Amino acid sequence: MAEYHLTTPISEEDARKLKAGDVVYVTGEHVYTARDEAHERALEMYGRGEKPPVEFEGSVVYHVGPVAQKRDGKWYIVSAGPTTSIRMELFEDEFLKKYKPRIIIGKGGMGPKTLAALEEVGAVYCSFTGGCGALASQGLKEVRAYEWQDLGMPEALWVITAEEFGPLLVTMDSHGRSLHDEMDEKVEAKRKAIYAKLGIQQ
Amino acid sequence: MKDPAQVIQDTTVRLLRMAATKLPQDIEEALKAAHKEETEEIAKTQFAAILKNIEIAATGVPMCQDTGIMIFYVKVGNKFPFLGEIESALEKATVEATKKTPLRPNAVNPIVGGNSGDNTGRKIPWINWDIVEGDSLEITAFPKGGGSENVAVLGMLKPGVGLAGVKKLVIDNAMNYMGKACSPNIIGVGIGGGADIALKIAKKQLMRPLDDSHPEPEVAAIEDELKKALNATGIGPMGLGGKTTVLGVKIDYAMRHPASLPVGVAVQCWAARRSTAVISKDLEVEYLTHPVEEK
Repeated sequence: MAEYHLTTPISEEDARKLKAGDVVYVTGEHVYTARDEAHERALEMYGRGEKPPVEFEGSVVYHVGPVAQKRDGKWYIVSAGPTTSIRMELFEDEFLKKYKPRIIIGKGGMGPKTLAALEEVGAVYCSFTGGCGALASQGLKEVRAYEWQDLGMPEALWVITAEEFGPLLVTMDSHGRSLHDEMDEKVEAKRKAIYAKLGIQQ
Repeated sequence: MKDPAQVIQDTTVRLLRMAATKLPQDIEEALKAAHKEETEEIAKTQFAAILKNIEIAATGVPMCQDTGIMIFYVKVGNKFPFLGEIESALEKATVEATKKTPLRPNAVNPIVGGNSGDNTGRKIPWINWDIVEGDSLEITAFPKGGGSENVAVLGMLKPGVGLAGVKKLVIDNAMNYMGKACSPNIIGVGIGGGADIALKIAKKQLMRPLDDSHPEPEVAAIEDELKKALNATGIGPMGLGGKTTVLGVKIDYAMRHPASLPVGVAVQCWAARRSTAVISKDLEVEYLTHPVEEK
């Protein structure tokens, strides 16, 4: 288990160095929030040949709907822990292939389509501890833009400068390994014994 | 003369802020104990992040960006003189707390779409009313996050499966969502009554203190048995493996129809936010979970 401190934009080469179990801290200007609706909009724009307002290649895409507050005319991220990533499984593979972000951050892990796309594109999925919105906001230093405001505060595209944002735990890498899948297997293996102890018939 | 509506509103604004920023003490202590008990590095890292987050949040920052959909449990005495003021005061408090704390606007119209922007709208905040003997008003703010709510289940079981069937539903549900609801969780189980009743009972269990066992030994034994079984799965914090998958399992029941065995399973994330205050008929306020510190 290694620790990396990466600066955006992140190269494919750097992303491919990361292995499941590694810890990453991210610094830089290419950190964006995107949930269901921002993913869909970015893909629609791609389909129409339009350019989104940010450069996604080499970026860090964070599954989060932040609490933000405007003070003296400037937006601040108040609390921004990860949302459940599996909802984005519907379109993350396409998003990865078209836009080439290098780190996806969320919680709970993603499915086989995303895992395959991470391998193809050269990117990783990192878990940030769920519910830790206050801790996350310390690494999200500056809001540079608040795009797609019509989607509402949680679904909008927030453009952020990060400073040592982490710890991010690599739980899916570009070598086909998913700690989430491994956990599923480990837990499944215990089902029989647990049923037996509780007197549950199979 | 104090304005009763204003007292209820001000009290509720504080309840909402405290709920969002500071966990009840029993929850915080349980998380600290769980951190100590873990030996795996990944599990330790998860708990370390949670504890650091709690510390930062206590300075007045919502601990989780999902500040929940607004739910209140209200116990109002039959002789409390300001019954008519409560509902609108809770709604106004929700709007005010959304701006001031701040809370994330989480009230979305499921029919025409769109976020109301202030956490209120049709039937939200949702108020659970209890009329009791007495002359005071007890308000519990119980903002509920979406991630843990999404893994609640209702089982309309065949009575023949018995309690083993109830236990299976709880275990299978946990193995299905695999900590994705921000474990360690608290699991609330409601048995009997009917579909709606089972779920209502289940959700209400999430507010019980962690050291509270059901008064009936048969029920308390199942609570304990299921807690041990869920922790034996090794799902751990955030589903990344570890010794603590749940902080508690709380069960209650209602009598059931001979042909039905409804079982509601409610799930609470580790950010088990709740805050309670009592307002007397003379409008004196006492905060139970988050006492006002003397300066």
